[in-house]
Amino acid sequence: MPGRHREPAVLIEGLRKSFGSKKALDGVDLEMAAGQVFALLGPNGAGKTTTVRIITTLLRPDAGRVFVAGVDVSADPDAVRRSIGLSGQYAAVDDKLTGFENLYLVAKLYGMRRKEAAATARELLERFHLDDAADRLTGTYSGGMRRRLDLAGALVATPAVVVLDEPTTGLDPQSRLDTWDVVGELVNDGATVLLTTQYLEEADQLADRIAVIDHGRVIAEGTSDELKSSTGGERLELVTADERDLATAHRVLSTVGTAPPSVDRRARRIEVPVRDGQYALAAAVGKLNAERVRVLDLGLRRATLDDVFLALTGGSAGAPEPVDSEQTMVLPPVTHWPEHSGVLDRQEVGA
Amino acid sequence: MSTMTRIAKDSSALAWRNLLNIRRTPGSIFASVLQPIMFVLLLGYVFGGSLGGDTYREFIMGGIFAQTVTFNASFTTIGLANDLQKGVVDRFRSLPMSRVAVMLGRTTSDLTTSVISLLVTSLCGLAIGWRIRGNPLDAVFGYLLILLFAFAMSWVGAFIGLVSRSVEVAQSLGLIWLFPATFISSGFVSVAAMPEPLATIAEWNPITSLANAARDLFGNPTPASLPQPHGWPAQNAILYSALCSLGLIAVFMTLAVARYRRVATR
Repeated sequence: MPGRHREPAVLIEGLRKSFGSKKALDGVDLEMAAGQVFALLGPNGAGKTTTVRIITTLLRPDAGRVFVAGVDVSADPDAVRRSIGLSGQYAAVDDKLTGFENLYLVAKLYGMRRKEAAATARELLERFHLDDAADRLTGTYSGGMRRRLDLAGALVATPAVVVLDEPTTGLDPQSRLDTWDVVGELVNDGATVLLTTQYLEEADQLADRIAVIDHGRVIAEGTSDELKSSTGGERLELVTADERDLATAHRVLSTVGTAPPSVDRRARRIEVPVRDGQYALAAAVGKLNAERVRVLDLGLRRATLDDVFLALTGGSAGAPEPVDSEQTMVLPPVTHWPEHSGVLDRQEVGA
Repeated sequence: MSTMTRIAKDSSALAWRNLLNIRRTPGSIFASVLQPIMFVLLLGYVFGGSLGGDTYREFIMGGIFAQTVTFNASFTTIGLANDLQKGVVDRFRSLPMSRVAVMLGRTTSDLTTSVISLLVTSLCGLAIGWRIRGNPLDAVFGYLLILLFAFAMSWVGAFIGLVSRSVEVAQSLGLIWLFPATFISSGFVSVAAMPEPLATIAEWNPITSLANAARDLFGNPTPASLPQPHGWPAQNAILYSALCSLGLIAVFMTLAVARYRRVATR
């Protein structure tokens, strides 16, 4: 309808849910526009999965309302189920069925006839590069293949809203990239994608909008850029050539930053938030030259979602825990590991 | 699509899936085949010698049929608990499919297990001298009555599976009630010899009535050495057994569906 505001794909108002005395959701409001990728980002236990389970009609809320494509989840759950595809946190794949049989079953349960169900299953297997393994029992599949099959199961009925609960947790880097490609394709096909993730990089890469959720509340929401600029724009980052220069460099950067610098002694890296980055950088260079500090690397960078996340969750809650070894993929490469490690303490730098 | 056709279609799709599972793990129904053979031999020859020999062995077959299909309830329990734990039920619940089909598919596919175990039990019975002595039509009716009861027990099992918090709990909960339920009955001895209140419980126990009904329909009399059954449930064993099965199906289907609506696995 031209001229009219497009209906949000998912609308959440004042959502609350408790399990016993534990508040899983404590008043969540969200609006997800149609045709976008929306990421729910938060640490373990933040309330992401509870939100997903309510949207997909698996759980009933204690209070609040949820609309999927304009339909109230509590009033007409069956209509919601028809317009939603869910791929859960644990791949819901039947080990004793082949890949084909798994998808065929889901297609039958969507009410498709035999031929249509078989054609849909074949098509999806091909799309997810599982056609070679189509007639093998899924018990023999690798973790990545199971995940892809589960994802394919969510797309059987080409739903308007696709919900992916931690779609890449536990996947190897290649499978993770494949999954990202699929998300891109889905949006090209006009679907709305809601994904939950613990990986900041994933939200940054894929999502049009991100909601950061912690302790059952949305603590920030916006585009990746908006979130980054909300926590104080730019950072000045410096790596000294010599570990002995760290104390001096720390003193210098304290004078140009808007907050105390943080030091990573292992990497001989100091980082400080700055305003007017260009001038702060020039000032830092001048002072470092005067003090004869030899610098390996010096530059300005914009805040990352990591910075946002740490700032929002107060740091004490910590960044999301690494779930597996693949987590290293999202960390910057470390080229040099001196024998000392940890953050330089204040006495050493003589503050 | 009307509700009934949808229930039928969804249930048969799921029953197909469950049967593929059984075919690919034949070991899973090994117990349901081996157990009746074991009971036929144990009861027939360990107790049989002191309790009446050949006539006793023919007498216990009705009880063993009843016991066998009752024990098969644990397959429904464990099967459903497994699906719940693996998240398969979550996928089903997120689909626009019939709610009752997840359980109806399971209870109908488990009927197949019961058919197989009844077949094996019958063959084993024939080997030790049990015979169908009534008319064949009655015997067919007898098997149908046993399967109706199997279906009812499967719904009891479904409910237990949905109440269990994990597969481990389901495994113990699903088995523990079977022993008192099948032994406090006329399955292997005469109810009349039991002390009160056991005798009354046993007399009205649906498993007693199924065992008695099967004996009536297969033409296997209670040996003269045992006290003869009496009382309304024993005299109307076929009717009472059918009523029990239908009642149990109605009650436990309702309970299971209600439970399924509320069940949240994680």
